[in-house]
Amino acid sequence: MDARRVSQVVPKVRQVGFVTHSDPNPPPQASRTQSVPIESNSGTPYDSPDFSPVMIPPPRHHSENLSHLRSAAVAVPESSSRRPMWDDRVAVVGSYNPGNSLLGQPVSPNSSEVNSEASTTLGWFGRNSSGKFSAGSSFPGGGFDLTTVKMENFTQLEGKKPEAVPGKGGGGGVEVNNRESSSNTLKAKTTKAERRETQEAQRAAKAAGKAQGNKPVAAAGGAGPSNILRQPSQNRDDPAVGSTIAGSDRRGGDRPPERERKKDVPPPRMQFDDQGRVNKSKKRAVFNQPEAKNRVELFRHLPQYEHGSQLTDLESKFLELDSMHPAVYKVGVQYLAGDVTGGNARCIAMLRAFQEVINDYSTPPGKTLVRDLTAKISSYVSFLIECRPLSMSMGNAIRFQKSRIAKLPLTLSETEAKAALCNDIDRFINEKIILADKVIVRHAATKVRDGDVLLTYGSSCVVEMILLYAHELGKQFRVVVVDSRPKHEGQALLRRLLAKGLSCTYTHINAVSYIMHEVTRVFLGASSVLSNGTTYSRVGTACVAMVAHAFRVPVLICCEAYKFHERVQLDSICSNELGDSNDIARVPGRPDVNSMDNRTNEKNLQFLNLMYDATPSEYVSMIITDYGMIPPTSVPVIVREYRREYLLI
Amino acid sequence: MWHRSASFILDKNQNDTVYPADSVTLTPPPPSSISTPQNPNPNLNRNMSMSAYYQTRAAHHGVVTSDWLAQSQEAATRAVATGGQEIVDGGKSGRAFSVIDEFNNWRKQPDLAEAVAAIRALAAVIRNSEAKTMMELEIELKKASDSLKSWDTTSISLTAGCDLFMRYVTRTSALEYEDFNSARSRLIERAEKFGEISYKARKIIAMLSQDFIFDGCTILVHGFSRVVMEVLKMAAQNKKLFRVLCTEGRPDRSGLRLANELAKLDVPVKLLIDSAVAYTMDEVDMVFVGADGVVESGGIINMMGTYQIALVAHSMNKPVYVAAESYKFARLYPLDQKDMGPALRPIDFGVPIPSKVEVETSARDYTPPQYLTLLFTDLGVLTPSVVSDELIQLYL
Repeated sequence: MDARRVSQVVPKVRQVGFVTHSDPNPPPQASRTQSVPIESNSGTPYDSPDFSPVMIPPPRHHSENLSHLRSAAVAVPESSSRRPMWDDRVAVVGSYNPGNSLLGQPVSPNSSEVNSEASTTLGWFGRNSSGKFSAGSSFPGGGFDLTTVKMENFTQLEGKKPEAVPGKGGGGGVEVNNRESSSNTLKAKTTKAERRETQEAQRAAKAAGKAQGNKPVAAAGGAGPSNILRQPSQNRDDPAVGSTIAGSDRRGGDRPPERERKKDVPPPRMQFDDQGRVNKSKKRAVFNQPEAKNRVELFRHLPQYEHGSQLTDLESKFLELDSMHPAVYKVGVQYLAGDVTGGNARCIAMLRAFQEVINDYSTPPGKTLVRDLTAKISSYVSFLIECRPLSMSMGNAIRFQKSRIAKLPLTLSETEAKAALCNDIDRFINEKIILADKVIVRHAATKVRDGDVLLTYGSSCVVEMILLYAHELGKQFRVVVVDSRPKHEGQALLRRLLAKGLSCTYTHINAVSYIMHEVTRVFLGASSVLSNGTTYSRVGTACVAMVAHAFRVPVLICCEAYKFHERVQLDSICSNELGDSNDIARVPGRPDVNSMDNRTNEKNLQFLNLMYDATPSEYVSMIITDYGMIPPTSVPVIVREYRREYLLI
Repeated sequence: MWHRSASFILDKNQNDTVYPADSVTLTPPPPSSISTPQNPNPNLNRNMSMSAYYQTRAAHHGVVTSDWLAQSQEAATRAVATGGQEIVDGGKSGRAFSVIDEFNNWRKQPDLAEAVAAIRALAAVIRNSEAKTMMELEIELKKASDSLKSWDTTSISLTAGCDLFMRYVTRTSALEYEDFNSARSRLIERAEKFGEISYKARKIIAMLSQDFIFDGCTILVHGFSRVVMEVLKMAAQNKKLFRVLCTEGRPDRSGLRLANELAKLDVPVKLLIDSAVAYTMDEVDMVFVGADGVVESGGIINMMGTYQIALVAHSMNKPVYVAAESYKFARLYPLDQKDMGPALRPIDFGVPIPSKVEVETSARDYTPPQYLTLLFTDLGVLTPSVVSDELIQLYL
């Protein structure tokens, strides 16, 4: 929202939950809650154009803080997007601090007061960080991977904490300084000497402060001068202050070396409540997607578009999009129209399209195949993302694809390289999807006994294969297909099962608690399985799993291992997909209940049509994958052990 | 192999730790029939089938029930049958060596776990093999392990031990580059080593678990497990002061034997009937059980009654420790109690049961991992969820 970008706005109250507000530009309000990390701060350094719309900033917490910190201590006011220091310290403390909201209000130019106040409350911490981070100023705002560095900072800080407490904060901080400055000199905006100078000054100030007695206030005063220098220019621009919480991943002393960690950083994702970035990504978008107007407060970071007009818009641009390969275009349209759904189908469609792309590819003069093809694929992927957000399985497949391209031996001729890549894609589809499904079906069939009542939700192709296979084996069982509005995917499954002669019961999710008492096994598909065992699947799965758990019915998740992802997700909010709100607004075939129709743009009404949800691991008894039947606790083992092999194939 | 358990019965009768009521149901067979176990006893009801695994267990450390003779008879005939089959197989390849016989020989040693016996038997297969190529040898080994596995499908540790051994023996690719004889000797060496490791596992577990037994604690044990026995023995040798509550362990009353052995070590022991577990749980500090098999979820399959003890302990927040060797880790994943092949065992109720009354004869139950605190294995002290990690690393 534009209101947020205006300088000097006192932050508005962040409403948690599905609240509506009639005013699109709400009046600024006094206090803010700390716990919502999705506040947009459009002026932050990672708005820099280095980020493509596909790329997303690394996790928002800390990184921005750190960037401020870094540019902060040296008085080089090249970045207008700065924050007062205390914010950083809040982030460093890493937990919700009720005092912050109090501190958060007076974002005034003379925030050295605030600063000292913060230092007082936070004690040695303030001192330590102010001394420490000063050397980090060599970091430019964007384009550089802040997460890893930040992690290092925090890790080190954690390590320093105990010894810093008795008042030796300066020593610890300085040590960190040295290490940091040496590791990150290449991005320096100030010279080494300059930084050394400030660092020395601060050290001296700190020593002086210590000499005066170990009072934290004194120490804060020591760090003061630099703060005062830069504060006035700093907090003008950025009203979004202190809303971040430190991530849980900042502790742990034994981190792998930085280079390795950088690779481990999960691909950043776009936050759609970040207005500036959204605008930027729109500029390079292939086609227009009008955004939905009334989005639910908690889900603003997810893209939601007005459905209906996109397809025609995209079609009208078909001839203009000469850069787009027709196969990719076709897949994109299919995604958009909903003709290709389901994780495997989408993934295979995408890979087949890439195969065609590679077949038709010829290296432009003056470029190398490896780089140019990777760039091309990236642009296609961003087009596909515009059509529909990627599933995690597709992300894994793309990662595989890119690693294959990158690892191509340079000696290969173009035709050989193309053949090798196409072959790789074929192998991926065969081994990781088709064969994996067969293995899963074999495993799962051993868990079906005569007389069982199997419940499934929605329509998962693996579960369908399992049911059909068990039926072919001659097992006597009954199937309960649970379905839900608005997609009614279960009906298609039901039709196919009935055609094969299975005895089925069809019900809606509303009746799941009634039907559950007669069920003996619940088979569910998954869009992705995350490394904490959380299953990310069609919305409603968590509900079914929870009811099954309450009825002590074993829940079996059937998921190919290529859909495993090393991310950890605790809720369904951070990463999700929003569907068309019209889908839930109207009931087809029932004109008498269509009172909600045509009201999707009403100001005080918001529709939430989530596509996925996260099932916590305690509701899951077993995950059936191509590596066998494993408990949800073993997902990280599979991810760890086979990620490499899988990228190598 | 039966004479050992018979001698134990004599032992048990001397130390009269049994309730008088129980001694009615206990009808120790006369020594004459023990010496000739092949003698069929026509009076005994033999409609019950029994899992071979539990026959061995009963033979090694169970207190024998009245239809003991029936069991031994049945076992004898079955062993003959399978043995004969094997000999026919061996005849085809021109040898008179049988894995099953070898296995049964090893199995007669009561201190030797079934899996270790299987491993030694398989090592003997390699030694006696006349194969000329690696492939031949591997096929032979595979056949032997399959016949072992099919000989007793109910024994988890036997199956797991065979699988593990096959992995262990055939895993290295280095074997492919050697000439056959050195590869073979290396296989034998490896087999011996594996047998050694498995044999030492119990000692390792006992060492590991010493840290968990503190002075003045009360330990509840269920059934007779050689690992648990080893643990308690070592604790007693280390001059730890602790008290043991033994469940009776119906129907084979293996708890009585444990109590017996512990009493010999001067450990204070109290015997409970199986249904008194909840009654005594509040004075218990920890529960120690063995395992027939550790499954992939991290849960255990163990003698009937373990599940309910774990449930009671869990509800009273008492830790449940499982002592199990790593060769008991099996690639099984039961979802519930009925989700595994039943291992049946006749139960003697002391009175004739009318034929209309059904008797639950399953010998073991499955304890889900959420009720277990830690597993003491020769790989270390593990939480239940690590079992799957280890299995994945072993088998994939």
